Amino acid sequence: MSSSEQRVRHFQDELEQLKGRLLEMGGLAEEAVRLAVKGLVDRDRDLIARVLSGDGPLNALHIEVDNRCFTLLALYQPMAVDLRAIVAAVKINTDLERVGDLAINIAEAAQRYVSHAPVKKLIDIPRMASIAQRMLRDALDAFVRRDTELAQHVLNEDDALDALKTQIFRELLTYMLQDPATIEPALDLILVSRHLERIGDHATNVAEDVIFMVLAKDVRHHAAEGS
Amino acid sequence: MMTTALPRVQPPQAPPARPDPAVEAAGRIDVAGLNFYYGQRRVLEQISVHIRPNEVTALIGPSGCGKSTFLRTLNRMNDIVPGARVEGSVTIDGQDIYASAVDVVDLRRRVGMVFQRSNPFPKSIFDNVAYGLRINRLTKSREDLGGRVESSLKSAALWDEVKDRLHTSAMSLSGGQQQRLCIARALAVEPEILLMDEPASALDPIATQRIEELIYQLKSRYTIVIVTHNMQQAARVSDVTAFFWLGKLIECDRTDKIFTAPSEKLTEDYVTGRFG
Repeated sequence: MSSSEQRVRHFQDELEQLKGRLLEMGGLAEEAVRLAVKGLVDRDRDLIARVLSGDGPLNALHIEVDNRCFTLLALYQPMAVDLRAIVAAVKINTDLERVGDLAINIAEAAQRYVSHAPVKKLIDIPRMASIAQRMLRDALDAFVRRDTELAQHVLNEDDALDALKTQIFRELLTYMLQDPATIEPALDLILVSRHLERIGDHATNVAEDVIFMVLAKDVRHHAAEGS
Repeated sequence: MMTTALPRVQPPQAPPARPDPAVEAAGRIDVAGLNFYYGQRRVLEQISVHIRPNEVTALIGPSGCGKSTFLRTLNRMNDIVPGARVEGSVTIDGQDIYASAVDVVDLRRRVGMVFQRSNPFPKSIFDNVAYGLRINRLTKSREDLGGRVESSLKSAALWDEVKDRLHTSAMSLSGGQQQRLCIARALAVEPEILLMDEPASALDPIATQRIEELIYQLKSRYTIVIVTHNMQQAARVSDVTAFFWLGKLIECDRTDKIFTAPSEKLTEDYVTGRFG
C-alpha cells in the first residue's frame, strides 16, 4: 500500500470515527428532547430533573468533535469532498449541541409548568416533538449515508412543524383570554413549542449541510434559487 | 484545429470577469487542440486552454500525466527532444509560436523558464543574471547592465542578500537563493511569461515560502504557469488550476473551486489523494 493510500485510509478511518461521534451526539440530543417532552406530558418531575442534570455527555462530545475536526484539518489539510465533510461536521456539531440546550430549555419550562394545574391535555406538543425528533434522526441518517434525498425530505418537513407551532399559539391564546390564571403555564407551553420548532430548524441546518457536503451546493436561505 | 469530446475548460467561464487581457496586457496564451507526441506515443491529447496574463495558473496531476510536457510546449523546450511532434496551435498574444518564421531564441526570451533543480551557471552572481542580457545584447552600456542586474535581483527578492557579494560564485548561495537567482536570471531579459517547473520541490519550507511570496509579487507583471506536485502550494499560489490526467486536461477552473468543489470526479479523487 502506498503512503498516499495509507494517508487516505487513515483519514477515512478518522472521518468514520467522527461520524460515529456525531451520531452518538444526535442520539443523546434526541433522547433528551424525548424525555423532556415526556416529563412535561406525564408531569414527571424526576424525569424532568434527569434531563436538567444530564447534558454533561453531550457537552463533552461537543468539545471532542470540535477537537477532532480541528486536528483533521491541521494534519490532513483535506480538499474537496473531504474538506466539505469536515466543515459540515463542525457545523452539525454546533447544531446538535444547541438541540441539547433546547432540550434543557424544554425541561426548564416543564418544571415550571408542572407546578401549575394543567392548562389542557397536551396533543400537539408531543406531535411536534415526534416530528422534530424524526427530522433530527433523518438528517443524521442522511449525513451518514450521504443521502441527499432524505436530506431534502427533512427540509420539506419543516413547514409542518411551523404550522403546528402557530396552531398551538392560537389555541393557547383562547385559553389565556378566557382565564388569566392560565397565562403563566400557557406561556410555558408556547415556549416549549417554540423550542421544538427551533429543534426542527437545527435539523434543517444539518440537512442543508448534508446537501452541501455531497453536492457542493449551498441551499441555505434559498441560495439555490438565486444561483 | 478543433478539439473533440474532451472535458476541457470553457474559456469564457473559467476565471472571473475581468477586462479582456488580450487588450489589457501582454502574455496571453491560447492553446487549441494541442497534441504532443514522443515518436508514436501521444503524451498530450487535444489540450485546449486559455491562460491569462497577471494570473498564476497551476498545473497539477500525477507523475507522467503530461503537465511538464505541456509546460515545455509553451516555449518550445520540447523541440530538442528527438522524435517530438506537435499538432494544434499555441499562440501567445495571437502569434503562433510554432510558425516557421518564429525565432525560438527570441521566444524563449519572452517565455522564461525556471526548473525544479536550480541550475546557476558556474559564474558569479552578477554574471549569472547578466548572461541573457549580454548574449541577447539587450543593454546599451555597463551602467545599464548593472542597473538591469540590480532590478532583476530586486524583483527576485534576492538583492538584499547578495548586493555585497555580487562577484562571488553563484554556487556559494543556498538552494533557495540559487533558485531565486535563476528566477532573477529569467526576469533579466524581460519576459512576458514565466514558466516554473516545480520551482520549490527541492527547497525547505522557509525557502519555499519565499518562492511562493515571490510568485505572488511577480504575477502583477507576468503571466505565470507553474507545475507543482504540492497541492497545498497550488492552492496557495495560483488563481487558476488545471488538472491533467493521462495526457488529457480533465478540468481547469478557479483554484478555490478545484480544491473545494471540483466538477469532475477524477479531479476530486486526485485532490483528495484517492489516487496519484
